[in-house]
Amino acid sequence: MTSVTNGVIIIAHRGVNIKRNCSSEHMRKCVIMKRFELIEHTADMGLEAYGETLAEAFANAAYGMFSIIAELDAVREVETRRVEISEEDMEGLLFEWLNSLLYYFDVEMLLFKRFDIIEFGEGRLVAECHGEKYDPSRHHLKTGVKSATYHMLEVDREKNRVQVIFDV
Amino acid sequence: MPKWSGKLEKVDDYRWRIPKSYKPGMRVDGLIYTDEGMLPHILEEQALEQVANVAFLPGIVGYSLAMPDIHWGYGFAIGGVAAMRVSDGVVSPGGVGFDINCGVRIMRTNLTREEVSPKIKALIDALFYAVPSGLGSKGKIKLNSKEIDNVLVKGSRWAVENGYGRPEDLETTEEGGEMAGTDTSRVSGRAKERGIPQLGTLGSGNHFLEVAVIDEIYEPDIARAMGIDRVGQVMLYVHCGSRGLGYQVADDYIKEILRAMQKYGIEVPDRQLACAPVKSPEGQAYLAAMRCAANYAWANRQCITHWVREAFCRVIGKSERDAGLQLIYDVTHNIAKIEDHEVDGKKEKLCVHRKGATRAFPAGHPDVPKKYAAVGQPILIPGDMGRMSYILVGTEQAMKETFGSTCHGAGRMQSRTAAKKQQSGREVLAALEARGITVRAGSLSGLAEEAPEAYKDVGDVVRVAHGAGISKKVARTIPIAVVKG
Repeated sequence: MTSVTNGVIIIAHRGVNIKRNCSSEHMRKCVIMKRFELIEHTADMGLEAYGETLAEAFANAAYGMFSIIAELDAVREVETRRVEISEEDMEGLLFEWLNSLLYYFDVEMLLFKRFDIIEFGEGRLVAECHGEKYDPSRHHLKTGVKSATYHMLEVDREKNRVQVIFDV
Repeated sequence: MPKWSGKLEKVDDYRWRIPKSYKPGMRVDGLIYTDEGMLPHILEEQALEQVANVAFLPGIVGYSLAMPDIHWGYGFAIGGVAAMRVSDGVVSPGGVGFDINCGVRIMRTNLTREEVSPKIKALIDALFYAVPSGLGSKGKIKLNSKEIDNVLVKGSRWAVENGYGRPEDLETTEEGGEMAGTDTSRVSGRAKERGIPQLGTLGSGNHFLEVAVIDEIYEPDIARAMGIDRVGQVMLYVHCGSRGLGYQVADDYIKEILRAMQKYGIEVPDRQLACAPVKSPEGQAYLAAMRCAANYAWANRQCITHWVREAFCRVIGKSERDAGLQLIYDVTHNIAKIEDHEVDGKKEKLCVHRKGATRAFPAGHPDVPKKYAAVGQPILIPGDMGRMSYILVGTEQAMKETFGSTCHGAGRMQSRTAAKKQQSGREVLAALEARGITVRAGSLSGLAEEAPEAYKDVGDVVRVAHGAGISKKVARTIPIAVVKG
């Protein structure tokens, strides 16, 4: 959901809460910008995610992945996990970031819907991920994601855009 | 998605070649098993580029092979087979895939369609409740962090020792359901954590349980050796893999091997093809961990087999013995194995990657169970859930041409999103019911993704495998009831 109060824009549905003072033009741009788009792939499924910053694109990729797995509207933000990742490069960081979140889903059945990136730099990411444990009575699961893959994996620093194909 | 317009030469009615001159860096030609009817579909995507890319890998011998069900994967194409010399070649976790030892098994029964049909709804419900399936399901088996190591070492034998199934099941499982050369210290804590709650679960996606009946028998003598003796005989399929444990092993080693590649001076056209020398510490560690994951998958199918038998006997009202529930065979579809093959007239140790491909060893091969020594190794080719599946056997031709390998299924033709746009889960369900197929599915959208129309006709795939001689048709089954994960 997007809410605007006194020139402060909060865009929670982009997978990351961004709270900042914006001009009305900037606000419009933020609201219409897509978080992610699915990529068609015969056997599998992928996505392209965007952001105002690269960190936001990483958060949106995670949001996109969980929206492949489940309908996120009914998921509440009641559990938080801190995820810390260090890798040699940004591609490895994206691969590991998404796969770490899948690990939480397998082991703790956690569905995440909001990702606050606390630290983000070359090969390093610290995030607080908010969501809820899967509850079959309220949550609707869609497609299982086995893993992010390196195939066609891209991290575009100039356009703040990332791309990933999942094994589903 | 651009069409593939690389170099392709027709060899004969079932074989097409990508010459290594297509791309500098290819060490061998690509060889694709297909026919004029299926080729246009293959060219619509980039699967053949992936076949060409695999030909770059160090130590590859023969051809970079594509089975008739080839389709676009990640890194390797699905339906890809590649054999590398152990002496100076590589192993690639991407050449096995994330679902290590995803595979299928089939059980025979003494029952006929007429005997089972009146109880089919009760049977499919019983199977649905007996076997945890679908995304987010948890297993009924309680493992601790010590016991998981026994599963990883013993595979199916762990299951049998713990009361899931019978010792003779091991004889009719590829590798006896217990691959040697494991090292549980090579499997990360995360992988084990993911594996502990999931043992004895089907998972989601294309995994299934199926009640099927024999619809046609092509080779009565070979079929008889498998306990298949009449049209209308009821069969039971189980298709699943190594769950989160396998995915985590693949994740861990793709990363580790990517890091190691520089050290070995290996360059690949796609990072998902990351590979390390078979003999390197990284290659050996991956193989040891992969075998643990493969054993987990066999234990998984073995536990599920036990519950399927219990549920079947309860609903049908017969003992296991009277129901004749014998395991015909269990094959793996995603694996790398060290095997002896003849290369240029000489016996050579090879690391054979089968990514969405099945082993197809001929009669007389020492790795074929005694029971099938005279007929060849059974091969199970599940089709989509609305059409037929096939039982084949391996051939000498497969040993000569494909390192003893053949196809593994129908192969997707349509993306999951496209399938969902075309039909809803409810429509798929209704269409299947109208054809006399009872379906229980954990998720309707999952069902829509797996609609029969999203797949190639497995009959076409098998016709090519049979026509090219890399396996031989024995019998065909049609589904009467399906549990989709």
